[in-house]
Amino acid sequence: MSEQQSNARLVKRLLLTVVAMFAFGFALVPLYDVMCDALGINGKTNDTAYQQESEYIDESRTLRVQFLATNAEGMSWSFGPEADELTLHPGETREMLFHASNPTDQPMVAQAIPSVAPSKAAAYFHKTECFCFTQQVLQPGESVLMPVRFIVDPALPKDVKHLTLAYTLFDVSDRMPEKLAISAPQSN
Amino acid sequence: MSAVIDHHHADHAHGPAKGLMRWVLTTNHKDIGSMYLWFSFIMFLAGGSMAMVIRAELFQPGLQLVQPEFFNQMTTTHGLIMVFGAVMPAFVGLANWMIPLMVGAPDMALPRMNNFSFWLLPMAFGLLLSTLFMEGGGPNFGWTFYAPLSTTYAPPSVTFFIFAIHLAGISSIMGAINIIATILNLRAPGMTLMKMPLFVWTWLITAFLLIAVMPVLAGVVTMMLMDIHFGTSFFNAAGGGDPVMFQHIFWFFGHPEVYIMILPAFGAVSQIIPTFSRKPLFGYTSMVYATAAIAFLSFIVWAHHMFTVGIPITGELFFMYATMLIAVPTGVKVFNWVSTMFRGALTFETPMLFAIAFVILFTIGGFSGLMLAIAPADFQYHDTYFVVAHFHYVLVPGAIFGIFASAYYWLPKWTGHMYDETLGKTHFWMSFIGMNLAFFPMHFVGLAGMPRRIPDYNIMFANFNMVSSIGAFMFGATQLLFLFIVIKCIKGGPKAAANPWEGAEGLEWTVPSPAPYHTFTTPPEVK
Ligand code: HEM
Ligand SMILES: [Cu+2]
Repeated sequence: MSEQQSNARLVKRLLLTVVAMFAFGFALVPLYDVMCDALGINGKTNDTAYQQESEYIDESRTLRVQFLATNAEGMSWSFGPEADELTLHPGETREMLFHASNPTDQPMVAQAIPSVAPSKAAAYFHKTECFCFTQQVLQPGESVLMPVRFIVDPALPKDVKHLTLAYTLFDVSDRMPEKLAISAPQSN
Repeated sequence: MSAVIDHHHADHAHGPAKGLMRWVLTTNHKDIGSMYLWFSFIMFLAGGSMAMVIRAELFQPGLQLVQPEFFNQMTTTHGLIMVFGAVMPAFVGLANWMIPLMVGAPDMALPRMNNFSFWLLPMAFGLLLSTLFMEGGGPNFGWTFYAPLSTTYAPPSVTFFIFAIHLAGISSIMGAINIIATILNLRAPGMTLMKMPLFVWTWLITAFLLIAVMPVLAGVVTMMLMDIHFGTSFFNAAGGGDPVMFQHIFWFFGHPEVYIMILPAFGAVSQIIPTFSRKPLFGYTSMVYATAAIAFLSFIVWAHHMFTVGIPITGELFFMYATMLIAVPTGVKVFNWVSTMFRGALTFETPMLFAIAFVILFTIGGFSGLMLAIAPADFQYHDTYFVVAHFHYVLVPGAIFGIFASAYYWLPKWTGHMYDETLGKTHFWMSFIGMNLAFFPMHFVGLAGMPRRIPDYNIMFANFNMVSSIGAFMFGATQLLFLFIVIKCIKGGPKAAANPWEGAEGLEWTVPSPAPYHTFTTPPEVK
């Protein structure tokens, strides 16, 4: 094989590697989500409703679950839980209400992003219903009470006695103009 | 790929073209090597000036000279320019000059691509520097450009930053392809892989690292671009993305990148120490395998930069042990360098001084790396000046001393003249003292909790910071002496023999000094 030919072959292979590695960079994105889901790391919890599998309640353990609500930068809603914490047994289904109100004179869309601490407990924190599964649309001055219903898995590691469920509320009006359009109040 | 197909040997018989167009259109590896080296030196001075601004502001506690916004732009562009504009192009320049001479090839395998990959660099860094003058200022989010600082909260000029990284990345990838093709396809008959000089070996492995991770860097800046302009949410939690993922992807590139900046220096030092010890390199084969092992391990340790983001305990343990494992092949290398010197007939010309300082000071940087690798301890050290001390100990007396050592070692071959030994030694000692004064105290203030990337600090850190600044000014000023030494050496000086170093081995010393414009047009026979 001549020098030119072997150069051309080698270059072709190396360029293919480059393209493959560029694609690999993007493949890391779904891979990352799968890993976080599978291993319950990074404080990420389920983002679709959990189907309860067992009725078992572990009465011998009592846990505290605390609730936090934070506004992301630039978010002007008032947002918070109705109570700071609950005590419960693993396996029990419990509910907490969060209130939100839009004090501005604009209709707005918000998205709440949950996170559970300690992060190793995240995989055992199951939400059967959550306002974070969808976006919230509020008209100027409107307010709403939003439920999250959840079960802490009895398989939760024994050393965890205290969990925190934290929500950060983001203003996503700019990203979701279609939601605003649908919800616009019927005038004239 | 026209560069591959219509590259003729016939037009290689003449000397360099005349005038400016020689440099614009050249496909000669020596011309391109020189341009890379000059470019990187200009970038070194530009990035260095930014470091001077940083150290001037930190000379005393309180805000004196610059606003915090501008300070942030200085730390960011200093890091970016030094990493992508100074260290990486300097090694590519050395590769261009020396690899064809060391493997007995007439030129690089893809000479036109070589020209293109060089000329992308001035564009990339012109663009990057121009962002400093734009509305809202230049990049201010740190050289690691963590999202969302670099997306949601970035200045408008971030788009130009992204484009500059793309250009520099393409240039590096093309440079790496060229180097691999040259090494694999153009070696002189008889030069088997295990006969290659170590500089060639380390560059071969570095080039593969570049091919593997520069596309990932291109990917991550592309994701930023999409988040900023096309409404995607790779790193935006509100849209279901995750800023921590940015750090994973960045460091998947970033850790191999730090080895990209050090492996060629390992190679250069492995050429220089045997020469001035007048002994063959101790443990050649283990050097090759150690380099390969380091390169492999560099892919599985990235999260040691992220111990504090909340990864699970098993992850902390895995990345902690994997990181510590790198110390083993690195230790093999240090052992081999020391063994090469052991009972050698040592002389201490400037390249050797830089090489010995490299071994000692790089090892200090390795030790602070090991301290940082202890996951529970890193919670204390992370984002403090201790990290700054660590990476400056591996990068300044590591990468940069490696480049200085190479420059002094090969200047006689490049210019045909000997450099001024007294001035060279002065440059060495001033750099050595300056950099230790500048960076050693950073260990202490870091351990005591001084955060990095902050323009002001608690007065309890004042004395050490003043020492650091004085050392930094000394180191900075000394580099102008280096410029003078190089110009003086180009203009004249004692004639250099084909092999000016008594103990030097290798094909590059068989051609006259200065190396003629075309060398090895008929391949040498290697026995
Ligand atoms: C035995 C070898 C090494 C070990 C164990 C090691 C370990 C570490 C660790 C754990 C960190 C993260 C510290 C933190 O952010 O809290 C770090 C940072 C860093 N290391 Fe090393 N390292 C080693 C060698 C090197 C080499 C050879 C280079 C470059 C030539 C290098 C360049 C860097 C840089 C640039 C950073 C800081 C990045 C940033 O956050 O801006 N390290 N190292
Ligand atoms: Cu690293």
